[in-house]
Amino acid sequence: MTVLANSSLGKGKRMSFDIKTAGPAIALILLCIIGFLLNPAFLSEGNLTNLLTRSAFIGIIAVGATFVITAGGIDLSVGSMAAAIAGVMIIIMNSAVETLGPGLATVLLGCGCSIVLGIGAGWINGMLTTKGKIEAFIVTLGTMGIYRSLVTYFADGGTLSLDFAIRGTYRPVYYGSFLGLPIPVWVFIVVAVLGWFLLNRTAFGRYCTAIGSNEAVAKYSAIKVDRVKTMTYVIQGLCVSLATIIYVPRLGSASSSTGVLWELEAIAAVIIGGTVLKGGYGRIGGTILGALILTTIGNILNFTDLISNYLNGTMQGLIIIIAVWLQRGDWGKAKAKTN
Amino acid sequence: MKRLNAIGAMALTGALAITASLASAENIKIGVSYPTPTHAWAAGMNWHAEQAEKRLEALYPDVDLILVNSPDPSAQASALEDLVSVHKIDALVVLPFESEPLTDPVLNVKNSGARITVVDRGLSQPGIEDIYVAGNNPEMGRVSAVYMKTRLESGDNIVILRGIPTLIDNERFDAFMAEMEGSGVNVLDHKHANWNRDDGFEVMQDFLSRFPDIDAVWAQDDDIAIGVVAALKQAGRDGDGMFVVGGAGMKETIKSIMDGETLVPVDVLYPPSMIATAMDVTVASFKSNGPVAGRYILGATLITPENAASFYFPDSPF
Repeated sequence: MTVLANSSLGKGKRMSFDIKTAGPAIALILLCIIGFLLNPAFLSEGNLTNLLTRSAFIGIIAVGATFVITAGGIDLSVGSMAAAIAGVMIIIMNSAVETLGPGLATVLLGCGCSIVLGIGAGWINGMLTTKGKIEAFIVTLGTMGIYRSLVTYFADGGTLSLDFAIRGTYRPVYYGSFLGLPIPVWVFIVVAVLGWFLLNRTAFGRYCTAIGSNEAVAKYSAIKVDRVKTMTYVIQGLCVSLATIIYVPRLGSASSSTGVLWELEAIAAVIIGGTVLKGGYGRIGGTILGALILTTIGNILNFTDLISNYLNGTMQGLIIIIAVWLQRGDWGKAKAKTN
Repeated sequence: MKRLNAIGAMALTGALAITASLASAENIKIGVSYPTPTHAWAAGMNWHAEQAEKRLEALYPDVDLILVNSPDPSAQASALEDLVSVHKIDALVVLPFESEPLTDPVLNVKNSGARITVVDRGLSQPGIEDIYVAGNNPEMGRVSAVYMKTRLESGDNIVILRGIPTLIDNERFDAFMAEMEGSGVNVLDHKHANWNRDDGFEVMQDFLSRFPDIDAVWAQDDDIAIGVVAALKQAGRDGDGMFVVGGAGMKETIKSIMDGETLVPVDVLYPPSMIATAMDVTVASFKSNGPVAGRYILGATLITPENAASFYFPDSPF
């Protein structure tokens, strides 16, 4: 390894790039082995299905966050946005039951509203950041508080519950499956594939990377920086609305505790996956592995009583830091030096 | 004496005092201060406080209850100052946001001459409050365990979903475990589900993958229980006499108990309406001919289909 790194700069670069690519996958495989050793039931079909379905929420949101972060932005509002959209969806569907009945039309109306709200909320974040010239951190910190308190207000401090008649129609969106995979996993796969294509195979994806690397240069290169950045927030909003559409049928309720800290989980998934927090480099594939890693950690902790419940946060924090440390280029060099 | 002082102070403060004394010179003003509701239980408390205000003011025209909710501990401290300086309260009913930061502000209210009623969360210094009203966390755990023992036999397996790691959670859990001791029922594992439906769902899914044989679930809380029930139904393990015991007294849970639901057959009360009890007792301290000061620890009643109706408030948000 040291020989390779010293012999040619080009090869050394490719070497560290490989570590970056493989890091999250190796971490996930290690976690799965640990999980299996702790309890063979970890690899049972039921548990793997649960794991994938659970990852779908954070995973879908994190695909959107990959675009925002690659373009040098950040969106802290996604968790609150998901809660607020879920709340409004439930209110709209409950009030539409009388006119449209508890059938497909009502559910489609709810989903349509979710998408419109998601895109709108993302557009607001984007416009305030670009045209309003306010830092993304502050804009989305503000909207985070706004959406969170809106859902509390809509629910009168309590919990909004979906009408039982609609639940029957809507339930398969979370609990149903197609070709052996649950519907949320299919949505996750489709979002991931589209996201990968958009980031790696289109001009838009290259613009995101260019803006994240150097906004001024991107501007001089005739890239419509404001428009592209706003679009990344719109994509993020759309992803949040899709995640909400598959979240609502799970328990049929929304409250102020819905989606708490999802924004940090999504950002963590993106960074674990190898995307650079300050922008300029993004990896959709890594993001998906990052989301799976985060869910797997929680799952494994539930599968063992070796570790005190009070230390769950410590384990999660350690694994996140180690996962990111493993894939940073400097790690190879530091190791070489100590050798 | 206190009322004479209040009238004296009013006379000195001019215009404000005139409007205040217009209502009635003999008004008993009671401030009620609690955190702004941000979750269902607190929203229920807010609703019960408003109901009690209407009921008590209709019953006693000379009693004026002033409800104030605050979003954080320092806002609550300011609210307490305002209750003394603006409203000149004769008594305070307070559910402190946090014990430490509110002990001094409540002490200042007491020094103004007002009677103090503390609800649920105690202050960090003893002897400030005249009246203390609270639910009973250890009793909640114990009552749940007693019910579990009536349904289970030695060798049966249960799992426990706990709340947010706090003193409250520990008190409930420790009392539950103490009561279960010697029963022969195996507690397979206990994990924190943070009094939250989503966490309840996910933790229960994992318990179901991990343990093929579970006979009952202590979910400790009605929100967690909703997640647990969804996970049981998804896995098709909601039959065979499986049952879930939650707690608190959410209206949906109580309704389903009234309807004879067997998966969640009972509930253990930790009622948000305790604020109403505290307001009643505080008013009684002005109106009753009996002594009222003291500590009121409410029972953790087991809600069954027989008594559920008396704990069902369909209009409350909780």
